[in-house]
Amino acid sequence: MAERPFSDISYERYLGEEKLMGSRCKKCGALYVPPRPLCVKCYNGDMEWAEMKGRGKLAAFTCIAVGPAFMIEEGYDRNNPYCVGVVELDEGPRVDARIEEVDAKNPETIRVGMPLTVKYLHRGEGEGAHTYVAFTPR
Amino acid sequence: MSKRRKLGRGVAVVGAGMSQFGMFKDRNSKDLFVEAYREMMGSVDKGVDPNDIDALYLGNFTNDFFMHQSHWGPIISDLIGISPRPATRTEGACASSALAFREGVFAVASGFYDVVLVGGVEEMSKRSTSEVAEGLALATVPYEGTVGFTFPGVFGALATAYFAKYGATREHLMNITIKSHNNAPLNPKAQFKQTIKDLIRAKIASAEKKGQPAPQWKDEKDFLRDPKANPPVAWPMHLYDCCPISDGAACMLLVAEEIATNFTDIPLHVVGIGQGSGKGLHAAADLTSFEATKMAAQEAYGMSGLTPGDIQFAEVHDCFSMAELLHIEDLGFFKPGEGYKAVEEGQTLLDGPKPINTSGGLKCKGHPVGATGIAQLYEVWRQLRQEAGPRQVPIKDLRIGAAHNLGGTGGTCTLTILERR
Repeated sequence: MAERPFSDISYERYLGEEKLMGSRCKKCGALYVPPRPLCVKCYNGDMEWAEMKGRGKLAAFTCIAVGPAFMIEEGYDRNNPYCVGVVELDEGPRVDARIEEVDAKNPETIRVGMPLTVKYLHRGEGEGAHTYVAFTPR
Repeated sequence: MSKRRKLGRGVAVVGAGMSQFGMFKDRNSKDLFVEAYREMMGSVDKGVDPNDIDALYLGNFTNDFFMHQSHWGPIISDLIGISPRPATRTEGACASSALAFREGVFAVASGFYDVVLVGGVEEMSKRSTSEVAEGLALATVPYEGTVGFTFPGVFGALATAYFAKYGATREHLMNITIKSHNNAPLNPKAQFKQTIKDLIRAKIASAEKKGQPAPQWKDEKDFLRDPKANPPVAWPMHLYDCCPISDGAACMLLVAEEIATNFTDIPLHVVGIGQGSGKGLHAAADLTSFEATKMAAQEAYGMSGLTPGDIQFAEVHDCFSMAELLHIEDLGFFKPGEGYKAVEEGQTLLDGPKPINTSGGLKCKGHPVGATGIAQLYEVWRQLRQEAGPRQVPIKDLRIGAAHNLGGTGGTCTLTILERR
């Protein structure tokens, strides 16, 4: 099978297969999640896929009361806020992700640095199918 | 060691105008631009002939999406009667008109043009809040928007990272909100002209009039802590941490320094101009700083030979209270992790040693996104010319002011330094 391009579309398709994938520079070893097609540290263009273990810690977060249409459709609103954040993976890179199984109504209970593990949220069907990368406390 | 930048020839600002900012159901982008343009023409002390304007650079971000009309350069050049002279639109999200200013400076500095009009315009209030949020979110980084980040959400996340690193809290951000609300009533063009104390009095009076129990808030922070008065938008950003939806326009006249005295005896010289580009949250090296602001500052300070200490006052891009805190550190006014303490001590108040956002900031003056960059410079113009009325910065020998503009989630940042000689 031909190697998938190091692209946003490949990243999302891998998420659909419940894999959190990044790209690694074959020359300098720099690691990128989501994958980059070019190494922006040494400017080499030869990359390889690298699978993340899916563990990390919370680097920053917010609990959103006024969200975009697609989150409102999932039932989130002022009375039911959702949490999103930036997760620092054990391997080093950071990813933007939904943060699940935390009390978004009481954000004081959520803390930067808390250990997390990956979870995949499959939404929609057929052409509209989409997988969100999410993390939950571990 | 970075290269020291310089202009091919000096450029000066000789006129400036700004429309009223607010939500105007019966005024459109053209109406607002004309208001700013008329004031600008009137502000040129020795006058200017529209026939002498060589070109227009115009910033606009969201009119395509909100008004279903793009291509605003020629619409505005026709409006003011300078077509068929060239008109170019610049887009850098909320930094769109700072880019127009910069392109105008380069056009004059290159020697190609002598007199250039730069401006910005935005019309946002005719859409619902959720449509505006969706439109503005077009300028987040793709990975942010797709997981559900909104603009306030991005700044909320940066706040949690800052709080965890330095020990600051929401209480510190409240100082920024209170300051903006104290400055804005002194600015007749501001969208919100009430202090937090005014709001408290009005809400108590309203409750009493309706025969309801009057809310009891001890002071401004007590009001801001109350989730009924100040509901969360994107923790820890609450309603009063966020700028409003606004309509407005602003413009300035740029000329070659060598002819500036043909227009005015007090031109403002463009001594520093910088721009940077940034990455999304996930790729940022530091979640408590904007790399693009640091790049812009390095260019602008490098070009001018000035240091952060030389900047006597500044307008910085406070789309959210947290943003102001990050910028005053990134611009070098205060050390990383020290900005919130400086704010608490009152250093950034109108009568403090480093006044920040004397206009009321984006928070209270309003934030018609594509007009903001030049509207910030308009405040610098008023201050440096001692024309700021009751909000005049009381520093003696006021000569150097700066404006910092941010687009997207830090994707485009600028710093522009003006000097009165």
